[in-house]
Amino acid sequence: MSVHDLSHGLASVSLALADDPGGLGATHATQAEGIAGLGWLMIALPLAGAALLLLGGRMTNSWGPALATLLSWASFAVGVAVIVQLTGLPAEERALTVPLWDWVSVGDLSLTAGLLLDPLSLAFVMLITFVGSLIHVYSLGYMEHDPDKRRFFAYLNLFVAAMLILVLADSYLLLFVGWEGVGLASYLLIGFWNWNPEYAAAANKAFVVNRVGDVGLITAMAIMLATFGALDFATVHGNAGGAGDLTLTLIGLALLLGACGKSAQFPLQSWLGDAMAGPTPVSALIHAATMVTAGVYLIARSQAIYDLTPDARLVVAIVGALTLLYGAIVGCAKDDIKKALAASTMSQIGYMMLAVGLGPVGYLYAIFHLVTHGFFKANMFLGAGSVMHAMDNRVDMRRFGALRTDIKITFVTFAAGWLAIIGFPFTAGWFSKDYIIETAFTMEGWQGWVFGGVALLGAGITAFYMSRLFFMTFFGTARWHDDAHPHESPLVMTVPMMVLALGSLVLGAVLYPTGIITGWLEPVFGHAEHGEPLIPVLAIQISAFVLMVVGAGLAWMMYARRDVPETAPEASLVTVAARRDLFQDDVNDAIFTGPTMALARTAVDADATLVEGGVTGGTTGGLNAVSGMLRRAQNGFVRSYALTMLLGVVAILGAVWVMQ
Amino acid sequence: MGGSMFVAPEINYVALLPMIIVFVGGLVGVTVEGFASRRTRYAVQVPLSVATLVLALVALILLGQDNQGLTAADTVALDGVALTLQGLVLVLSILGLLAMSERFGGDQPDAFTQSGVSTPGSAEETLATKVGATTTEIYPLTLMSVGGMMLFVAANDLLLLFVALEILSLPLYVLSGLARRRRLLSQEASLKYFLLGSFSSAFYLFGAVLLYGYAGSMRFADIAAAITSGVGMDGLLVPGVLLVAVGLLFKVGAVPFHAWTPDVYQGAPTPVTGFMAACTKVAAFGAMLRVLYVAVEGARLEWQPVIAVVAALSMVVGALLSIVQTDVKRILAYSSIAHAGFILTGVVALDVAGVSSTMFYLATYGFMTIPAFAIVALVRSAGTEATLVDQWAGLGRRSPWIAACFTFLLMALAGIPLTSGFTGKFAVFSAAVSQGWAWLAVIGVLASAVTAYIYFTLVVQMWLGDEAGDTVVVRPSWMTSVAILVGVAMTLALGIMPSPVLDLAQSTAAFLR
Amino acid sequence: MDYHPYLPVVFFLFFGLLFAFGSVFGGALLGRTTYNRAKAEAYECGIQPTPQAHEGGRVPVKYYLTAMLFIVFDVEVLFLYPFAVAFDQVGLFSVLAMLLFLVVVSVPFVYEWSRGGLEWD
Repeated sequence: MSVHDLSHGLASVSLALADDPGGLGATHATQAEGIAGLGWLMIALPLAGAALLLLGGRMTNSWGPALATLLSWASFAVGVAVIVQLTGLPAEERALTVPLWDWVSVGDLSLTAGLLLDPLSLAFVMLITFVGSLIHVYSLGYMEHDPDKRRFFAYLNLFVAAMLILVLADSYLLLFVGWEGVGLASYLLIGFWNWNPEYAAAANKAFVVNRVGDVGLITAMAIMLATFGALDFATVHGNAGGAGDLTLTLIGLALLLGACGKSAQFPLQSWLGDAMAGPTPVSALIHAATMVTAGVYLIARSQAIYDLTPDARLVVAIVGALTLLYGAIVGCAKDDIKKALAASTMSQIGYMMLAVGLGPVGYLYAIFHLVTHGFFKANMFLGAGSVMHAMDNRVDMRRFGALRTDIKITFVTFAAGWLAIIGFPFTAGWFSKDYIIETAFTMEGWQGWVFGGVALLGAGITAFYMSRLFFMTFFGTARWHDDAHPHESPLVMTVPMMVLALGSLVLGAVLYPTGIITGWLEPVFGHAEHGEPLIPVLAIQISAFVLMVVGAGLAWMMYARRDVPETAPEASLVTVAARRDLFQDDVNDAIFTGPTMALARTAVDADATLVEGGVTGGTTGGLNAVSGMLRRAQNGFVRSYALTMLLGVVAILGAVWVMQ
Repeated sequence: MGGSMFVAPEINYVALLPMIIVFVGGLVGVTVEGFASRRTRYAVQVPLSVATLVLALVALILLGQDNQGLTAADTVALDGVALTLQGLVLVLSILGLLAMSERFGGDQPDAFTQSGVSTPGSAEETLATKVGATTTEIYPLTLMSVGGMMLFVAANDLLLLFVALEILSLPLYVLSGLARRRRLLSQEASLKYFLLGSFSSAFYLFGAVLLYGYAGSMRFADIAAAITSGVGMDGLLVPGVLLVAVGLLFKVGAVPFHAWTPDVYQGAPTPVTGFMAACTKVAAFGAMLRVLYVAVEGARLEWQPVIAVVAALSMVVGALLSIVQTDVKRILAYSSIAHAGFILTGVVALDVAGVSSTMFYLATYGFMTIPAFAIVALVRSAGTEATLVDQWAGLGRRSPWIAACFTFLLMALAGIPLTSGFTGKFAVFSAAVSQGWAWLAVIGVLASAVTAYIYFTLVVQMWLGDEAGDTVVVRPSWMTSVAILVGVAMTLALGIMPSPVLDLAQSTAAFLR
Repeated sequence: MDYHPYLPVVFFLFFGLLFAFGSVFGGALLGRTTYNRAKAEAYECGIQPTPQAHEGGRVPVKYYLTAMLFIVFDVEVLFLYPFAVAFDQVGLFSVLAMLLFLVVVSVPFVYEWSRGGLEWD
């Protein structure tokens, strides 16, 4: 049964469907047995690690980080074992549930906590645990001399556990627990070096912007609870057809708001750049490979809802397209290597959002791109970390240059990531991104031209700014600060980079032409026929290639051949705007932060004059006046207390007498 | 008269064993007080009383299930509700007793006066302090009170209910007056509690007499039968029910019978307040459930609106008055009044969900209250408890763990999700709504929002306020630590996975009649 | 002759009230009213309460201890008396119950004794 059939047949939905657990329609979920029944271990292992390291204190200083790394790998191993078991099952049975416990069961309402092991969640598990474990290893080297190394690894483990809760949850409620968990871990890690007030402010910014997104997710859950009386995927998705159009659109938009917050999509994108304040492995893991893709996961997981509400889906695509361009433009102007990468992350997630916004045909490519992006972006972030390691933690690319000879391994691995992201043919990024562009062109009418055009244009800009970053760092003349002695990072850091570099090059060829990723995800997304693009596929591929060459060539001319000024030169209005993130913070300040702060100040004033004032008798309004009067009855005299009781008895008896 | 021979009632001693253990333990404790030397008393009393309570709990768990039924001439009903609440009282009193035994690093039971009978500031008090006197009488007193509570929730007869009421109350009156610091305040609290308690007992007795006049019997079953068959004399029934209810509402501190609560909670030794707040509520609500559901359920149209109004008043007054308090113990006292209102919301529902949600709420409230007061007892300034909100400023920086625990407990009191406070409120409100008391639930939610204000003020003070001069947090011994940790853990557990306890409450929510 | 079972209660109430009000008003009507210092004191017979409450303090708590002990035994007799009258009818069960009661009463008595509650100084 395909997704399409389901969405058409839902008008006659019955409660019987609600009994069908995991009923994404395409597969019939059964209770997990064997190793899959131990699926909760994937979460429990890193969670135990986090608890042990946080509570164990200094005792665990020596062996804690290694243990945390080991537990992350163990989680990966369990994930692999579950996948092996799942591949042994027929495709339509590849959805297992692991009930954990009853959360609340009062009256008709029953909220349970359980895990859903299906191809989609396990694809994420692989990405999270594999890339996550590699980054654990990398951090062993990167954080070696940090006095708070243990705390760092505890947070990393906490993040992995929370992220796994997010993707393995079988209900929006448990997903929300993971959602908040990764938010917390992200907050703690961005502000890890919180002795720097700017870093702490960045952590706060990420936290606050994410709360705005959370309002969306909570609203969506509230509407679901009111409409379907449940929050588990099976019931909500199974009964989605029975809900009204407006309800579904509202749910879709509210979910999108949540996704925008977490995935740094327009208009909630402003926190991601500042989040680079965290240690670089954190930027690689959380703010590139995994957490920021949670929004894409949320939308993909909620496909049953979006299938029924084309309006909300269109908004998803528009948001994706906007962010795609926004990130690409900002990326062109950033001189901070990590912020440039952050802008590119935004832009690439924009591609994924666009893809999920394109409907059933897009889901597969969104997740495919998400996986390949997880590899090549993590690779480049780790590379950036290695460059910073070589350059005494400096991030200004205008003071890099010609590093290719001094840090060869970093250069080569970074080059692999660079080729993948600009979409060099047959690298991982080429496979996944080109299919998104092609799919965008298959949309009907204006949508095909607009989304296809934006995606194609974005590919060209991406080639330009990523090449700019690459050339400014590794080519041209050395513009180093005075006592710079670039040196290669230790093996514990470079080996994870090599593994990820290999992935950046071959993962696409391994997963797509062989049909592995298509076959794996088909039970979840159903089989969707690729429509005919507005212009021939070959024409799209060629123009994408040409744009890539033009973009990269332009960057070569500007940043490798020509000298790069050591300080940013005066520039046109457009460049200034891009440097300032297209004025996103200014707009936020003017529209949201300013009025909010004013409101907060008013509230504080009102609190001081009205609420607090009531206590001292300054004001007679509000609750405090009432309580002030009530308080007078509490005068400490036992005779008054007795009188109160007596009056109470008299009042009760009198009232009953009157009623009778 | 005469003629009818006296027939000895059948008594199932096995079923009564948990209560017998507690009472015997109390008597042994009194004997120990008489003969043990001053130095050894504490060392004997603490293990003795904890062992007594644990033994009673074990006996309850092993024997309770198979010995359910009415016994002692049907005056004692050991059914699911009674056994569950007895177990709850025992568990909570173990925690409470551990908190009471805290010596705050010294070798004195710091929360309690050296010599309860001496005048504060007198030469006798100084002498008692000098010779190292201790008031270890608190242990047998507590055991007696616990025994009374266990009987209270099982009493199936108005007279026995009264006896149990006095057994549980009298030791509490004494315990309230034994604070080591601010003794006048403590003694005043004790006297107030005693006087008002006697006053309410009088109401209770008058109500019991009216009901006896109505039904010709003190047994709940007979009263229920009389209501069903309709014996005329309805003028006695409703006032009787309401006056009996007044006596019980006083014990739980519901408005307008709440006036004693803040003064007594503030004056009593802090660990005693925790014990009193948690266990007395369990016992009194247990008795109230039995009276209202078993004895006078037939007259519900008359009393239900009254209880509903009392619930609403308790929530509103408790919430409103809590926001102007400046003393942490008084904040918790008013919060207890508001919580009495929340629990009454469950009582009003008058169905199985009402019973189970009330029992569940009692468990959540007990597990968050005892550690809260145990923490209050640890925060000190100049050798005495620092209970002013201002004195708690900046506590989060000084003792992050204690402040974090207290913050969590405040969240639970406010009913924030993922704490037991939320699940408990959810349970009672949904029980009330399903029986058509939606307006009560609305008032409840509003009152929760109001109370949250003062809790958050306190949280903000603790974490963001400027550190207050000489406030210190005493390093607790294992006993207080256990009480706090178990309470916090249960509060978290009941918030995250309440189902096992909810299931237990649901499966035991049937009364034997 | 048949009478309502509550009639004695009414009589009791009537005579009780008559005695109470009669004493007060009768005394006021018939007696001579004089005021002097002795009559203003706590015990109208002229004896000073002992020991004196000095400095606005209280009566020593020891006094109450003795008083309470008296009440304990007073109440005990209250139970023992009807039991003694009817113990041939109430059987072994009641004898054991009464023994238990006596034990329970004597435990605190022993406590009070051994802790010096019966010594005046």
